[in-house]
Amino acid sequence: MIGVFHPGTSIVHRAPALVKLALLAAFVTAVALVGSLVWLAAASVVVLLLFVLARVPAPVALRQIVPILWVLAFAVPVQVVFGGWEAAAVMAVRLLVAVALAALYTLTTPVSATLDAMQALLRPFRRWIDADRVGLALALTIRCVPLLADLVREVMEARRARGAEGSLLALAVPVIVRALRTAEHLGEALTARGFDD
Amino acid sequence: MSGIVFEGVSHDFGAERVVDEVSLVLTERRIGIVGANGSGKSTLARMINGLVSPTTGRVLVDGLDVSRRAREVRRRVGFVFTNADNQIVMPTVREDVAFTLRRHRLEKADAAARVDATLERLGLTDLADRPAHRLSGGQKQLLALASVLVAEPEILVADEPTTLLDARNARLIARHFESLDQQLIVVSHQLELLESFDRVIVMEHGRVIADDVPAIALDAYRAVIA
Repeated sequence: MIGVFHPGTSIVHRAPALVKLALLAAFVTAVALVGSLVWLAAASVVVLLLFVLARVPAPVALRQIVPILWVLAFAVPVQVVFGGWEAAAVMAVRLLVAVALAALYTLTTPVSATLDAMQALLRPFRRWIDADRVGLALALTIRCVPLLADLVREVMEARRARGAEGSLLALAVPVIVRALRTAEHLGEALTARGFDD
Repeated sequence: MSGIVFEGVSHDFGAERVVDEVSLVLTERRIGIVGANGSGKSTLARMINGLVSPTTGRVLVDGLDVSRRAREVRRRVGFVFTNADNQIVMPTVREDVAFTLRRHRLEKADAAARVDATLERLGLTDLADRPAHRLSGGQKQLLALASVLVAEPEILVADEPTTLLDARNARLIARHFESLDQQLIVVSHQLELLESFDRVIVMEHGRVIADDVPAIALDAYRAVIA
């Protein structure tokens, strides 16, 4: 979600976010329940076809899926030892299908559409839940990931420049102080933009 | 009364007085505020948007008391911060500009048209679908400006908007400021930015020590920092 949206006009892009979220939930649940490799292979083909339909370039799609391959590189051998090769294959395909589908959602859906969908979902509960606030919290969570990544990178560079590479204290203290200051500034900016209640 | 009025305004930060008995009437179209670090200029600017409340005295914007009617005032007063990174909320440029309008309850088509027009005006159309956090410093500041201007405020306050920018990007932001119809209040250390303004206020230790046309006020500031 962190800036991976790939603009397009395909039917997958144009489908309402709520529909896509519902299908994503249904598909991932089905994949989690199915234990047959044949059915999982069929699900993989469906996911592949959806990527083709969405016209997402292969390198862009692969960038989203590669991180899970690192997890599988450790998890699959362990599963083979303790559960056999079939259990390992089922687990690997399940994970790949779920991550690929989630990636397809984020590649074809702007965050603002997800926020709108969330707010629509929460509207029946507006007596108890402030949908605007939940949407804002989600947007801020997404925003904080690159913000914190930049902050940690800058502090690590400063730590290296001071020759204190090994010091956990030289990393933790400035990161925490700057994160708190950033949170304060972000709050102030939101207030200035009218999100003050 | 239209314009911005400071009536005997002071602000204490703990035991320290950062703004001390300031009374001003700001009606000119482009006003600069200059002063050394800790002189109280940013606090003064923040009071216009209600981000900081006076300890004593009051601030009025078009007759509205900022402390009592902050929400109405914020619809009239846009605020641009020094570090645009702190102002960006949404992942892409277009979404961040549109984010401002979420509280304005506009029709979707109207909001989209306003966002497109603002992006066009600031030369950001080609970057509309780019990740906002991957823009250059100058582009981020333009985005911050767009996110404020899309709400069509009557007054724009900018707190050192060019401090983190290189000379070319600072000039670009300055050019955009010149083209604005809004009343503009700019806090800046970059004196050349303020030379063409209508009025410059110089602050020192929380007090206004000079308040004049730029040629005179900036000379007074240069004398203070010499």
